[in-house]
Amino acid sequence: MSIRSVGKIYDPEGVHVVALKDCSLEIAAGEFVAIVGPSGCGKSTLLNTIAGFDGLTSGEILLDGEPLATVDKDPSPGPDRVVVFQHGALFPWKTVLENVTYGPVVQGAMTEEEANTRAREMLSRVGLNDIETAYPGQLSSGMQRRVEIIRALINNPKVLLLDEPFRAMDTVTKSASHQYLLELYDATGKTIFFITHDLEEAIFLADKVLVMTTRPGYIKKTLQVNLPRPRQYSMLASEEFLAMKAQLVEAVHEEAVKAFEAGEREMA
Amino acid sequence: MARAATMTSASFGYKTRKFFMSKHFTRGSLAVIGFFALWQAGSMGLMPFMHAIPTPVTVAGAFWEFMCTGKYWQSWMDSTLRVGYGFVAAQILGIPLGLGMGWNRNFKDFTYPLFELMRPIPPLAWVPVSILFWPTNESSIAFITFIGAFFTIVVNVLGGVSAIPRQLVDAAVSFGASPRQVFWRIVLPATIPSIVTGMMVGIGITWNVVIAAEMIAGNTGLGRLTWEAYLAGYTPGIIVGMISIGLAGYVSSMAVKMIGDWLMPWKKVF
Repeated sequence: MSIRSVGKIYDPEGVHVVALKDCSLEIAAGEFVAIVGPSGCGKSTLLNTIAGFDGLTSGEILLDGEPLATVDKDPSPGPDRVVVFQHGALFPWKTVLENVTYGPVVQGAMTEEEANTRAREMLSRVGLNDIETAYPGQLSSGMQRRVEIIRALINNPKVLLLDEPFRAMDTVTKSASHQYLLELYDATGKTIFFITHDLEEAIFLADKVLVMTTRPGYIKKTLQVNLPRPRQYSMLASEEFLAMKAQLVEAVHEEAVKAFEAGEREMA
Repeated sequence: MARAATMTSASFGYKTRKFFMSKHFTRGSLAVIGFFALWQAGSMGLMPFMHAIPTPVTVAGAFWEFMCTGKYWQSWMDSTLRVGYGFVAAQILGIPLGLGMGWNRNFKDFTYPLFELMRPIPPLAWVPVSILFWPTNESSIAFITFIGAFFTIVVNVLGGVSAIPRQLVDAAVSFGASPRQVFWRIVLPATIPSIVTGMMVGIGITWNVVIAAEMIAGNTGLGRLTWEAYLAGYTPGIIVGMISIGLAGYVSSMAVKMIGDWLMPWKKVF
């Protein structure tokens, strides 16, 4: 996937908020890319344009060489780019199984029975075999997230878009969730676009960590993570890991201070 | 997981039996019994201002007498039918209107101002015009009852549609749902909790309204029964009427609650 000098301006005639400016990045097929940056820097805007929820005001986005979105062509959402949302978007009135099979059934890609079989198979891969008749409200946050990731993956997307999926979790749930996500990634080899605030999480999960600037957002720094896969928890304490983290901390801190000062100026 | 299992497999009878043995039931019964005990003490002259009120025992006697008459049961029937017509009509018209207003901006632009203009008019202010307009007494009372439930359900549904988290709709769209499928499979079920709340509030209002309307315009019904007892100066009859109205309202709220629990197995009605 190529994102070429993408720009996004909200309300061009009014307040004129430049969310993205000349933002370019390349994601290879099967690559796990994490984006970090201060709050409100346009990470989610970028994800929304890739997902097709938002149009862009300059540049273009290509997927497998085909234009997905240009200035003239508003993107449309599709099952080849599914999102796992920050606050969770499981349908509370559907059971776990109904949630997971929603995509393939609504697209007509599978019959209900095929979808059920496939869903059970995938759920059991992340340790969720006996909850298919439960409603999302009855599950813990960690289980909900796993269900949501499975619900996205069953569509066999080209890109999986994750918008801070583990943000509100406690440390224990979070590290278990990392484990499941990495296992799924290693097993499926999907391209993943992962937004986060958490630098350790970014390095631990991704092949490539991109630092985004504060508004207007563009990619300021690219960090190649050369840790071998499968990733092990012991790596978190390795010197290599810590060195990478130090680089990121510096880059992100600079942006955070800028964002903070800009915020104070706006308030004044 | 254990919770999921009990929720789906517990039979209705089992749940009912469990409820009657629970502390919730005991507490509720204690309050009701306590109320009657205080009332008895009050009307026996142990509390000021209450000597004019007949004792529960007298009222119980009157209750029995009423229950032996066909007129009493006819009153129940008449009031219940009026509430039923008005309430059901309000849901049939109000739920689609609220959904339409919440889902389609143009439709809301056209309808909302007019709706907000009509909403503050109390149901009872509709009585005169309703008597003039509707051919029969029955239909005008049912219409007033309808007004009572209609605005409530529309406001609740509209609020429910507006509060649907955007990401639910986004998720459905990216899974490939058409606008039609989004409406029927996402917007409608996501609004059910608000529909049920609107129904719970609405059923209470319809009982308020039907009683008042019967006192003004009716020849029959529980409201009329109470009013006639007052005109005859028969105090125990007034109280029998009041208790009957309370019971009727309670039973219909329970019925709505059961419908609500059936409509949304993923969530309990309050």
